[in-house]
Amino acid sequence: MTAFPRNQWYVAAYGSEVGRELLGRTVLGEPIAFYRTADGAGEVVALADRCVHRRYPLSQGRLDGDTLVCGYHGFTYDRTGACVFVPGQKRVPRTARVAAYPVVEQDSLVWVWIGEPALADPRAVPRAPHLAGPGWTSVSGMEPVDCDFGLLVDNLLDLSHETYLHGGYIGTPEVAETPITTEVDEGAGIVRVSRHMDDAACPSFYARSTGIEGRITRWQDIEYHAPCLYLLHSRVAPVGVLPNPDGTDPDAFHIEITYAITPSAPGKVYDFWAVSRDFARDDPEVTTVLRDLNHTVVMQDVDALNILQRALDAEPAGGQELSINIDTGGLAARRILARLAEEGAAPAERVS
Amino acid sequence: MSGGPGTEVFRVDWLPGTDLLHGVCHCGAEHVAQDPVEMWRWMLAHPVGHTA
Repeated sequence: MTAFPRNQWYVAAYGSEVGRELLGRTVLGEPIAFYRTADGAGEVVALADRCVHRRYPLSQGRLDGDTLVCGYHGFTYDRTGACVFVPGQKRVPRTARVAAYPVVEQDSLVWVWIGEPALADPRAVPRAPHLAGPGWTSVSGMEPVDCDFGLLVDNLLDLSHETYLHGGYIGTPEVAETPITTEVDEGAGIVRVSRHMDDAACPSFYARSTGIEGRITRWQDIEYHAPCLYLLHSRVAPVGVLPNPDGTDPDAFHIEITYAITPSAPGKVYDFWAVSRDFARDDPEVTTVLRDLNHTVVMQDVDALNILQRALDAEPAGGQELSINIDTGGLAARRILARLAEEGAAPAERVS
Repeated sequence: MSGGPGTEVFRVDWLPGTDLLHGVCHCGAEHVAQDPVEMWRWMLAHPVGHTA
């Protein structure tokens, strides 16, 4: 099983999911209750999702202003996690407090810090500006998968599987046939995998959303910010249409595909996905096509990963796997995840 | 441990038309391998074996 890297930021929800109804999510095995304050700031609060009294999930309770009232016996917590009311007595025990998690809401995502709170640096949250930025229209969703989160990382770092698992949707023969370039920025914890197809069939996914007829130049540039954020910069244009020397690229279609890979518990992962486009931005039909097609593709992955995990679980220990060229980026990601897990398990003073 | 962003960058190119991988360590040493496991083993052993 892939070890969980602690002392890291993880996406716990879309900002749109967190409001005045309590939301329960489990991140790296830690149950957390989320809500948004009613004051003008509308800040996201993340509290440990277990009442100090009898461990009842606080996410099953209710909000009273900006305090959270346990649904079992009424223990009431403020946004810092301090218990401010217990039933039937005036004295609130000094130990009555639940953990409050550092939170950053950025680019429409709610990030939570899992680890030592004093080490949480909001500036370290990786960016996905297209999710909320001008010039882009996005569709998004989240699917829970019953697999080791490392299997989802493997899946996304090697897109040659598109040809087989997603054939007829986003996969064409050229994806698996085209050599990749892999780059690892060790200090930043980023793995980049690029596949540039000069002359490829246009998958229906893109033909229907861009209106391109005929063959395409298709670039896939992956940027994996371990452990959680995965960006796929996808560029599609008619064959031979390239960016201008000054970097402008008015004749191509750009699609930013974002995943947040958030381990929930051993063998469980949240698969947050989003597709952002810079074309046909106000066309509801394109929005529907992209949402439906991408949801289908995500569910193909979900089904395959569920099957794969069950197969692995049924195997005797020591089963061997084999890696080939297409796995160069996935292997790099695995190693970085192992390093981050090791660093996260070490005494706190080492984290910079 | 490593330095800050951009200080240690490893690169592996799958050479077009072949099954070979061409690796460049952050120190500039180069290596050709047929297998990504072997390539990363060489790369991460830096600088051991870089001059072999």
